[in-house]
Amino acid sequence: MLMSRLLGKQLVISVLTTLLALITLAGIFAPFLAPHDPNLVDLSHKLNSPSLEFPLGTDQLGRCVLSRLLYGTRVTLSLTLLIVASCVAIALIIGSIAGYVGGLIDNILMRVCDTILSFPSFILAICLISIWGVGWQQMVFVLITIQSVYYTRFIRGLVTNLRQQNYILAAKVCGSSPFLIMIRHIIPNLLSPLVIVVTLEIGWVIMDISALSFIGLGVQSPTPEWGAMINEGKSFLLSHPRLLLAPGIMIFCVVALFNLLGETLGGKKGTTKSIRKSKKEPVEGLGGTQ
Amino acid sequence: MKLFVYVWKRLAMMVPVILGTTFVAFLLLRLTPVDPARAYLSVSNIIPTEETINLVRHQLGLDQPFWLQYVHWLWQLCHLNFGISFISKIPVSQELVVRLPVTATLAVLSLIIAILVSIPLGIASALHKNKFIDHCCRLLAFLGASLPQFLLAYLLIYFVSVKFDLFPLQGTETWQHFVLPSITLALGLIATYSRLLRNGLLESLEEPFVLYAKARGLGTVALMGRHVLRHAIRPVVTAAGMNLGKLFAGTVIVEQIFAMPGIGGYFLEAVYHRDYPVIQSFVLIMAIVFVLGNLIADVVQAYLDPRLTQQGTRKQVE
Repeated sequence: MLMSRLLGKQLVISVLTTLLALITLAGIFAPFLAPHDPNLVDLSHKLNSPSLEFPLGTDQLGRCVLSRLLYGTRVTLSLTLLIVASCVAIALIIGSIAGYVGGLIDNILMRVCDTILSFPSFILAICLISIWGVGWQQMVFVLITIQSVYYTRFIRGLVTNLRQQNYILAAKVCGSSPFLIMIRHIIPNLLSPLVIVVTLEIGWVIMDISALSFIGLGVQSPTPEWGAMINEGKSFLLSHPRLLLAPGIMIFCVVALFNLLGETLGGKKGTTKSIRKSKKEPVEGLGGTQ
Repeated sequence: MKLFVYVWKRLAMMVPVILGTTFVAFLLLRLTPVDPARAYLSVSNIIPTEETINLVRHQLGLDQPFWLQYVHWLWQLCHLNFGISFISKIPVSQELVVRLPVTATLAVLSLIIAILVSIPLGIASALHKNKFIDHCCRLLAFLGASLPQFLLAYLLIYFVSVKFDLFPLQGTETWQHFVLPSITLALGLIATYSRLLRNGLLESLEEPFVLYAKARGLGTVALMGRHVLRHAIRPVVTAAGMNLGKLFAGTVIVEQIFAMPGIGGYFLEAVYHRDYPVIQSFVLIMAIVFVLGNLIADVVQAYLDPRLTQQGTRKQVE
């Protein structure tokens, strides 16, 4: 990246992390920071322009846009955390078993993964939602199901490489149990590539959540979520574009920050690539999906 | 001639894959927590009693054994009969005839735009590595990865259609209606393709045959056009083939925003109402498009690199 060459990698990382931390804190402390109740409908204030009372104006139901954005940060980031954490947990278990044990189990698991990966992830998500029904719980479940496949493949690849290292052999000779080897020697070595990949994937997850909520299959309307806010604001594109731009800019900024951080962390080595862009499937755009 | 045999072989290999997907699409209906008969009744506004459920089960053939249902459904598919929509009560095939061309035009158009734009971009950024143009492409790639499609669509509508009134907003009447949706779909692709091409070119430029061509006194244009591009474009071809399915997927959102009557919107409507025959048909079409996209990519690959047809499978070459 040009930026990290000009400013130095450490500085870029610290600036990006600080910005992300600020956004996260804004989400956590939304109840204290938000000037109004995000769901308080007040038709006497509908479609107000930005003022001191409503810094970003109000929407068609008179709800404070800034408060909704702040609470939206909360919704999006907590859902993302839930999804990514579950995926990592599932993938660590299945991926390391497949990678460490190898053989038939590995083969079967990887063929299943290949089949799932061969289908566009966003369509797969919509199909699964069409089976399980519309709602944020279903969306989270669907995204975990699909995303963990990507993570499983990634971790399995890393474990397969690590397994052949001499220190693992040494540990085996010393009589360590497979479980101990996994906890002591393999998982700590997975962490640094995993952190990079997770950072890059968070951007995708946020985009998938907002895209699904935008088309009305994810987080439902009264809950302040950025994608759902854009969906509500779309009818006012011509008269009040800020209703659409405000959540849009938030999505873009957060995704961009995570992507930049991931790329900077990864440096120029092959690890920068998102796991969706593995050799098997060179390109993946919208979330998912989209 | 060898290419011809290769294409036939690949076509034959498609048959089991497509059969597999028909089975999955059929299974989809069985996996639902809601009984299709009840779903049918609820969208038809009929009160589900024991009697009506049994009647509908019989009408939809749900009282027959699983395998018989599948074979029956498959037989109907062979006659291009995709079933009847629960909601509109119109045969799905009738809707598809009208809607599929719209989506296909949109997807193919954006693929063409993406390829036409990303080839010059990729060449330029490979030739001027780490110069201004390269950084511009990098920025574009970054934007493509961070900007959600629906946001891009609205930005385009707002700035291009509303502020400057260059292209019409919604509908499908003229070619101009397709410009903004195709650009929306193409941007993400341009970002990835130009990066893929750039990296491929940089790798190919190190090959001995490039040195030889340079030694023969070939200019940049001839070198690129005749030798390097042919070698470096292969990952882009693979990606484009895989993306055909993804483009169809992307139309779900884009058609919604630009109010285009394509299959994406039809599918989304069906998901809201649990209109299973429509969902099944969509999944099937997506799978076929996806397999076809890969097939076309492989054939183009084989044309670009004749070694592939001679040695049979791709793995041996790589």
